[in-house]
Amino acid sequence: MVSKVLTANRLSDGISVWLDAAGNWGESLQDAFIARHAEAVTALEATGKQAFDDNKVVDVNVVDVEEVNGTLRPLRMRERIRAEGPSIPYAAGYNGLSGPKHAA
Amino acid sequence: MYRYDEFDHAFVSSRVEQFRDQVERRLSGELAEDAFKPLRLMNGVYLQLHAYMLRVAIPYGTLSSRQMRMLAHIARKYDRGYGHFTTRQNIQYNWPRLSDTPDILNELASVEMHALQTSGNCIRNVTADHFAGAAADEVADPRPYAEILRQWSSVHPEFSFLPRKFKIAVTGAERDRAAIQVHDIGLHLKKDENGRLGFAVYVGGGQGRTPMIAKKIRDFLPEEDLLSYTTAIMRVYNLHGRRDNKYKARIKILVHETGAEELSRQVEVEFAALKDTELKLPETDIQAISTYFAPPALDNRAEGWESLARWKKTDSEFARWVQQNVQPHKHPDYGMVTISLKPIGGIPGDASDAQMDAVADIAEEYAFDEIRVSHEQNLILPHVALADLEPVYRALVAAGLATANAGLITDIIACPGLDYCALANARSIPVAQEISTRFGSPERQAEIGELKIKISGCINACGHHHVGHIGLLGVEKKGAELYQITLGGSGDENTSIGEIIGRGFEPEKVTDAVETIVDTYLGLRRDGQETFLEAYRRVGPQPFKDALYGSAQEAA
Repeated sequence: MVSKVLTANRLSDGISVWLDAAGNWGESLQDAFIARHAEAVTALEATGKQAFDDNKVVDVNVVDVEEVNGTLRPLRMRERIRAEGPSIPYAAGYNGLSGPKHAA
Repeated sequence: MYRYDEFDHAFVSSRVEQFRDQVERRLSGELAEDAFKPLRLMNGVYLQLHAYMLRVAIPYGTLSSRQMRMLAHIARKYDRGYGHFTTRQNIQYNWPRLSDTPDILNELASVEMHALQTSGNCIRNVTADHFAGAAADEVADPRPYAEILRQWSSVHPEFSFLPRKFKIAVTGAERDRAAIQVHDIGLHLKKDENGRLGFAVYVGGGQGRTPMIAKKIRDFLPEEDLLSYTTAIMRVYNLHGRRDNKYKARIKILVHETGAEELSRQVEVEFAALKDTELKLPETDIQAISTYFAPPALDNRAEGWESLARWKKTDSEFARWVQQNVQPHKHPDYGMVTISLKPIGGIPGDASDAQMDAVADIAEEYAFDEIRVSHEQNLILPHVALADLEPVYRALVAAGLATANAGLITDIIACPGLDYCALANARSIPVAQEISTRFGSPERQAEIGELKIKISGCINACGHHHVGHIGLLGVEKKGAELYQITLGGSGDENTSIGEIIGRGFEPEKVTDAVETIVDTYLGLRRDGQETFLEAYRRVGPQPFKDALYGSAQEAA
């Protein structure tokens, strides 16, 4: 089965977040809890629905990821860009996808 | 410029406070997302890939220095130090917190700005020729009519829940710089044989997944009938426009399915009933609004001709910038300056807070405090004395805003694409950056001449790819980005929709493909005067297909 993680945008500021193993929503995909079997995915979906109903997050989705050398990588480009930020240096000090934050 | 009256101030302030209450109730959990989403959209707040996005309306693209400084302040205080000017003459911020948006709107209201009707199925920001009020070829300034339409359409109770969004554009010159034929309603301000002002009315243009060129349904509509006739169109659309399928809900589909002749007949029936009602515009009202748009008092500055010639002689880069980015003004001693937001290899339409402040300062000192946003994602100083061009240029150079490429191959329109947009399937900005870098040499750009490249990251076509001389549409195929190329599109008075040239190109091959197209054009043009578009219209797609795919190979 393809590994999956739970992602959303935080209600208060809209920033992309992922659910970690402790049940917290964090800003790094790399800290996300990975569901590797159907029951775990069902649990993720239920957690996502609850967080949405509790007005913590919006736009909740379960997304496919793969693990490459210990690093999580979404299968879809859209989700990779959500996780890593715009692929372009949009403002002073930001390095884009190839920047140090994302160096393999 | 139009100045808010007491009603405008009270209305915008009350909307800010209403939205503040709605945001507070959302954050406290009193309002659920489903209830809140349409409310935030009505105030220009979207949710994109990384964060919320706030789209601020810039009516007909006109700004004062004070307003531009506020846009810079908002970028600095509430966002990440930059903003993105759009093809709708608006500005978008990519990182605002929802909790900050009421404060942002409050700050905007203090300079007579807002984000109303920048989303939703209503009449959106009315756009206009960015050279309005200054262009040498203009019959009259279209902005007073755009302002009348703005006032009429703001929270219009009958037209706030249309089948789909609705976009109106107005131009006042034969040369169409507002792309009116790809709008829901396009208005061409002109004079009849008796010298009266009125409009040629176009309906049902648009881009998106079903690109259509608007049909002219009125050759001349007297100016006093503007609101009654527009209301008649809106009523026909509101009644018959499809609500069962959002992809078929724009008026262009209604015009296409009904036929322009029948639709025109229905509009005329409505119009006959509305013509002599309170919607008829009194001459005094038109005059009153027009007063706000009176051109600045332009003193004769004939000394500028001599200084300009001298400066051009001593500085070839300045001369190139004047050649490319300064257009003739109504007044012979003045010019209209395009401030390119397309630095070579940069992000089309982005400006930092410092750049916005710099433009505000320059406009205040040298350009009568007026700034425009063009639908081509550049800024305009509409009134600059030739005698002041050199100091304006120096100030722009210092701000990194003096790229001499208006109308050239690196003056690329690009939507935010998959780097920001929740609807996108592919990235636009990096493609624009690579093409810009490849063709960045001034000599090469000059040799190629006028060539408009427009890039969209999805079929919604915010990057206007359908009317690009070369259009690029990003799609997702088997999980990867692919770029479909169209050729021969144009958004001017001779509007055409670009034709798909063949199979798409991977991101790493698309710049090479564009280069092949450009080289093919350079090889077949009659002379240096024949533009890419003229050459394409003369020879058609085949030479370009052959060059891209091989003459024997099928461009599947």
